[in-house]
This record gives sequence, structure tokens and C-alpha cells, in this order.
Amino acid sequence: MITTPRRRALVLGGAAVVLLAAMLVSILVGPAGLTPQAVLLDIADRLPFVDVDSGLSTRQQAILWNIRMPRVVLGVLVGAMLAVAGAAYQGVFRNPLADPYLLGVSSGAGLGATLAIVVGGAAGFAGVPVAAFAGGLLAVGATYALGRSVGGVRSEVVIILAGVAVAAFANAIQTFFMQLHDDTLRQVYSWMLGRLSTDGWSDVVVVLPYVVVAVAVIALHRRTLDVMAVGDVEAASLGIHPARVRLLLVCVATLGTAAVVSASGLIGFVGIVVPHAVRLLVGPGHRMLLPLSLMVGATFLVLADVLARSVMSPSELPIGVVTAAIGAPFFLVVLRRSRGA
Amino acid sequence: MPADLESLASTAVTCRGVGAARGGVDVLHDVDLTVATGAWVSLVGPNGSGKTTLLHVLAGLVPSTGHVRVASVTPGRGGRRATARAVALMPQRPVVPEGVTVEELVRLGRTPHIARFGSETGHDRAVVDRVIERLELEPFTRRFATDLSGGELQRVVLARALAQEPQVLLLDEPTSALDIGHQQQVLELVDSMRTEGELTVIAAMHDLTSAAQYGDRLVLLDRGRVVADGPPAEVLTVDRIGQVYGARVEVLDRPAGRAVLPLRDPWKDA
Repeated sequence: MITTPRRRALVLGGAAVVLLAAMLVSILVGPAGLTPQAVLLDIADRLPFVDVDSGLSTRQQAILWNIRMPRVVLGVLVGAMLAVAGAAYQGVFRNPLADPYLLGVSSGAGLGATLAIVVGGAAGFAGVPVAAFAGGLLAVGATYALGRSVGGVRSEVVIILAGVAVAAFANAIQTFFMQLHDDTLRQVYSWMLGRLSTDGWSDVVVVLPYVVVAVAVIALHRRTLDVMAVGDVEAASLGIHPARVRLLLVCVATLGTAAVVSASGLIGFVGIVVPHAVRLLVGPGHRMLLPLSLMVGATFLVLADVLARSVMSPSELPIGVVTAAIGAPFFLVVLRRSRGA
Repeated sequence: MPADLESLASTAVTCRGVGAARGGVDVLHDVDLTVATGAWVSLVGPNGSGKTTLLHVLAGLVPSTGHVRVASVTPGRGGRRATARAVALMPQRPVVPEGVTVEELVRLGRTPHIARFGSETGHDRAVVDRVIERLELEPFTRRFATDLSGGELQRVVLARALAQEPQVLLLDEPTSALDIGHQQQVLELVDSMRTEGELTVIAAMHDLTSAAQYGDRLVLLDRGRVVADGPPAEVLTVDRIGQVYGARVEVLDRPAGRAVLPLRDPWKDA
């Protein structure tokens, strides 16, 4: 749809500017009294060979660099990963309802987190990210193994159905443990609804390598994903291996998704809605779809976090509530406009 | 052995003792087939006789037993990309992705020529432009493939196959969605591409009359076996069509070739 290189660059550049603006807004919102000018100066001060005085107090600098900044960067990583993984899932499964949670990563992570909280008690909460990561990967592994063992001609449909079964099973066990230990219900729910943490850079450092690798591998396959759109038989006759591509991309997308889920909980709606909204705007070609989904997903999550922090300040709304509450109507507007045009 | 080398060079397709299964059921048995470079072979036979499966074997899309060689590659084992540069398949019911334009769909034909993670070169774009011009698709390039009529779509999918610059072109019911005029247009077009460019055509066809008009040679499949192979006049006899298809027909010899006409059951009206 968008064909000329000039227009492509314009759209991507515009999206990047909007993302940076959203990040700045997110850094500024809150009770510490940071001004845009001071924040920008302080960022500039950190660059090599630049030495300026931003006028921020030591306490304000600590808030900026150890609380606000890591949270915003984490939001960017989570939003970008979920949106890109969603685009990849929708591409390899040729299914508009596919999202990164399709094959059970969310249910597995939910079960893992619940077990960590139930078994470990207060200390278990620290183990939630690891347990969620492991649970998510295990669930998707089980889905793939089950789907493979059934096989059949329409293998991608079989795998999706296996994912439904694995998710239902994991949910059942999770509910069982939650009923058994109803004192942990609140903790489990608050994790499942998603939140961006504020304890320094540790989450960012853990999540970053997974996101970089996953996004890079998916981006390398942008052209292959376009070919996948014509179905397995025709794609194979054009010289690619659909089953191999699907397995590889599901693996990296799941790895990245499990990593961000372990850090931020189950933030719904981003993975399914952002790629669709972007597709309605620029068409299905992955050369535009992937980078734009990345930036729109990141922007969306950063702004959702701003709302989550400020609507009921000083208490926080779960960010998953905000993404769904804002995302659903926004998506309907995009859908209506694109169909009417 | 110069004679052997010569025959190798002028052979586009060789199958010896080829079998294939689908969903655990054997659908091709012991197929022998040798096709000379630049020939047009029409595959005929009733529904479910194995025409599509044989084409898919030649394109390396289903595993097979026996010996298969297509334009110096072994489909399925010789690597998908190398196979897709040698053989192109025009599918019977193409999948039409939403939101994709005609030009984008035709460009996918260059996939086996583009480095795995690379992008199109000027040469790739030139090939696509030439094919689009040749098939008179210029007015459609910006349109969504989902908005095309059946006949336009068939031409687009043919264009994609030709953009692969194959040595062997496999057509699976190329004219099933076309009216009689467009049928002729598409078949004539393929035939002129064949004579211009050393293209070998193997086409599964339902319409026996056009199969005979365009094919130098007919291969008749029945329940996965080759039951007749030769010039149209030898293959299309009243008895054989009755046997294999369970159809009552008469055949007419016309200057353009043998024509097959269906007959009505004479007892029906009595």
C-alpha cells in the first residue's frame, strides 16, 4: 500500500518521533516535579564529551535514572516484543486471532507464577519471574510436541488446537491451586493483570537480550513472512520450508514473550491488536508491518503505563486493565475507518 | 557417450518407478515418464486419478519413492530453492492473501532467486515488470488480489510462476475458472512462452479437447497408474474414455486435433 521509499521513511520516522515523545511524557508524569528541559539536559549530560548542568537535585536524578527511566525502557521492550511477536504469530499461522499467547505461553506462565507464590509464600514472589518463564516455555513445548504427534495435513491448525488444550489444562491446575490457597488470590491476580516494576534496571537487563534476539530473527524473516501468506503448499513451491520457518519463528517469539511476561505479567491485547491496527493502516507487507508494530506497540504500552500510574494516583491500576480498556475502543475506531475508506 | 549426454540435455523430466502416498494412502504407483525439453504434455484422467499428486511430486512438494529428476534437480532432495528455480507450479485453487496487491503477489515469484535474508535487485524487478507486461496485467498492478475475477487471478498466479523463470512449468487445471475465451487466451499465452523460451509445460487438464489441442502428447492416469501415453489420437479413443471415465462420448477429428464430445444416454427419453 505504501510503496515509495520516501513515504515509508516518513511513516517510520513519524512513528519514532511519537514513541520518543511518549517516553518523555512517561518520564515527566509523577510527583517528583521534573521538567522537560531539565530531563533533556540531564540526559545530554550523560552523553560522552557533553557537560551541562540540568539543575536537578541528587534525589531527582535518582528518581529519573533509577525509577522512571528503567520503567519506561521496560515498557518499550514489553510493548515492542508483544507487538512484534503477535505479528510473527499471525504471519506464520495465517490466523487473524493469533497472538503471542496462542500456544499457551500465558497459561503456562500463569501456572508457574501461581505455583511459585503458593509453594514459596512471601519468598516465592521473588521466584515468580523464573517460574513464569519456565512455565511459559514448557507449555508451548508441550503444545508443539502434542501437535507434532497428531500431525496431519493441516498441521498448523492441529498445533493451534493443541494450544487450546494445553492452555485449558494449565488453567485448570492453576485454578485448583488458587482455590486451595485462597489467601494468595490477590497476589496471583495482581501479577496476572500485569505491571511494570520500578526496582531499577535489573528487569531491563534480564529481558533485553531475549527481546533483541527475538526481534532480530523475526525481522530477518520479513520477506519469508510475506511468502507464508500464500499458504504452505504455494510457499513451498516458491522455495521456502513453511514448517521450519514456523517452528523457528514460534520458538524465538515465544522466548521473547516468555521473557517479557516473566518481568511484567500477562499484559493482554497488545500482541493481537497492535499488528492488526498497523496492518489496516499500511497493509500486510512485513517490511513495514514489523518495524511499525514495534514502535506502535512500544508507544501504546508506555502511554498505557502513564495512565495506569496517574488515573488513581498514588495507587496504580494494573496495566493490563488499561491496555484492554483503551485498546478495544481504539481498535474499533481503526477498524471502522479502514472499512469505510 | 555423446548420444547419452545429448539425450540428457534434451530431457526436462524423468520419472522411473515413482510412487507417492497422501495421508497414508498410496495415490501413485510405478509411474514412468520422460518429457523432452520444450514439449507440452497434458496430464488427463478422472478426479482423484493422481494428476495433482504427480505435479506435486515433480515440484518436490510431496515425498515420493523411485527416481525423479526435473531439469537437473531432484525435487525434494535437491533443496527447495534450487527446485523452485527449476520448476514452477501454478496451483489449481490459489490462496489469495488479504491486502496484497497484484504486483506484490507476482513479486513473490522471485523468492527462490533472492538471497535468503536479502532484498530484490534491479534484475528481479525487471523480470517482474516483463512478466506483468507480457500477461497484460499493467492495469491491475495496484489492485488487491482479492478484488480480482477468477480469470484475472489465474493470470496473476501464472505471472508469479513465470517470474520464477522456471525451466519446467507445471499447470494444475490452469483454466478451471475461465470462460472459453479466457481459456484460449491463457493456453495460447503459455504455448507462445513455451516456443519462445525453451519452456517445458506439463499441464493437468480436465477438458480433453483442449488437452489434445495444446499437448503434443497425452498421459492418461487412472487410479494412480499411467494407462495410456502417446499422441492425442492414440490416447483419446471412445473405448478408453468409456473405460477410464465411465463416460459416453464420441470423438471427432478436426484440423486442430481430436475433439471429445459427451453423449446423452439414448435410453433416458424412452
